[in-house]
Amino acid sequence: MSAAKIQLSEIRFKVNGVERSATVPPMKRLLDVLREDFELTGVKEGCGEGECGSCSVLLDGVLVNSCLVPALQASGCEVLTVEGLATNGELAHIQRTFLELGGTQCGICTPGMMLAAESLLRKNPHPDLDAIREGLAGNLCRCTGYMRIIDAVKNAIQEPILAADLAPEETVHK
Amino acid sequence: MRSNVSEYEFIAPGSLDAVLALLSAEPGAWTPMAGGTELMVALGAGRLEQRKLVSLWGIGELRGITASADWLTIGAGATYTDIRENAAIAKEFPLLARSASWTGAIANQNRGTLGGNIVNASPAADSPPVLLVYEAEIELVSAQGTRRMNYSEFHLGYKRTVLRPQELVMAVHLPRGHRLPVEYLRKVGMRNAMAISKVALAGVGAMQSGKVQTVRIAAASLRETPARLSVTEGVLLGHALTSDRIQAARKALLQEVKPIDDLRSTANYRAHVAANLLEEFLNQMAASES
Repeated sequence: MSAAKIQLSEIRFKVNGVERSATVPPMKRLLDVLREDFELTGVKEGCGEGECGSCSVLLDGVLVNSCLVPALQASGCEVLTVEGLATNGELAHIQRTFLELGGTQCGICTPGMMLAAESLLRKNPHPDLDAIREGLAGNLCRCTGYMRIIDAVKNAIQEPILAADLAPEETVHK
Repeated sequence: MRSNVSEYEFIAPGSLDAVLALLSAEPGAWTPMAGGTELMVALGAGRLEQRKLVSLWGIGELRGITASADWLTIGAGATYTDIRENAAIAKEFPLLARSASWTGAIANQNRGTLGGNIVNASPAADSPPVLLVYEAEIELVSAQGTRRMNYSEFHLGYKRTVLRPQELVMAVHLPRGHRLPVEYLRKVGMRNAMAISKVALAGVGAMQSGKVQTVRIAAASLRETPARLSVTEGVLLGHALTSDRIQAARKALLQEVKPIDDLRSTANYRAHVAANLLEEFLNQMAASES
């Protein structure tokens, strides 16, 4: 079935602090706009149905699954992806704790995990273990068993803890 | 197979009046979409049949949560997060806050709306059993005006509701000041987060002098619509909660539910667990006066 070509929409966003625009079908998924039009491939697609959290981004500061947001609904919004977490080449706090504590293995879930953690910590700067688990419950990881990810978030609550300060069994396997 | 997004029209008129005018001008032609947590899944899976969609996201008139003397009014566009974070809901209608907290996970709760949950009309939806036991009313709006009814009259059959093609759900109204001493809600699914119910049961009630004075019970995934279990309620009303009476209530529940086998569970499991949930609720009722 080939429908008549629909009108494209010009969508303007602020992505990672930079004004961008794209002329796309209005139902194009924000995930695809970010990956294909802006080449921000840190945004991953896992399930494509809002279950796995790999495509998590912050939209006006709110955690969303970008696979479920049509481009038109993101028009005029500020989008933060994992590429926008670091500033001037300096890793953000949450990125450093993931790195130092081995919260990353294959890396597919990692950008979404970090944005879910960022969202949690912005709302609740001192989450307890239950709050961390709930904050990450929409993000699936098939590698780590989650403990190292949870450790990374716990440690992001305070000042960064460097690997050298950790007990040996907690250090990253390089 | 993913959908071709170039085949879909999608517009955002930006105001309630403009959306209603569009729905009224071409009834049935446009499908409203709020946070997209249902329709965008269908798009991703290549099974979104509607080709013309209109955005409800960001329409302020739909999103507020306000209190009058007698009613707490939740705009249909209120998200699960809005519901979880609202102090009046937490205090007066805590089962609704709890059901919102276990719908999807945070990212879904930030986008999914109460109106969407109701209009999607899944028998497994999390909020409807709670709205039923709280005796909610629902307000529908079109360019011709509004109408309001008991929420229990909204669902007609599997995925069928009284909503007309030119109408939207405007708000849900919860009656204030009638909170009952026993409130119960339990959802059984594969895991805590992200799971769709195999079965869920909500109950509220009060005992007086050892007998059931008031009881309201509603369930998800046990019939073709979210449903009050009024036969079961009838077996309980006015009676002491003896073990015989609880057995009679279990039996009544099994007679009035029509669970099905599907990918999430079996009819047999659902029926058995629903009766167990009922008994758990009734044990809380029985203990509430002591």
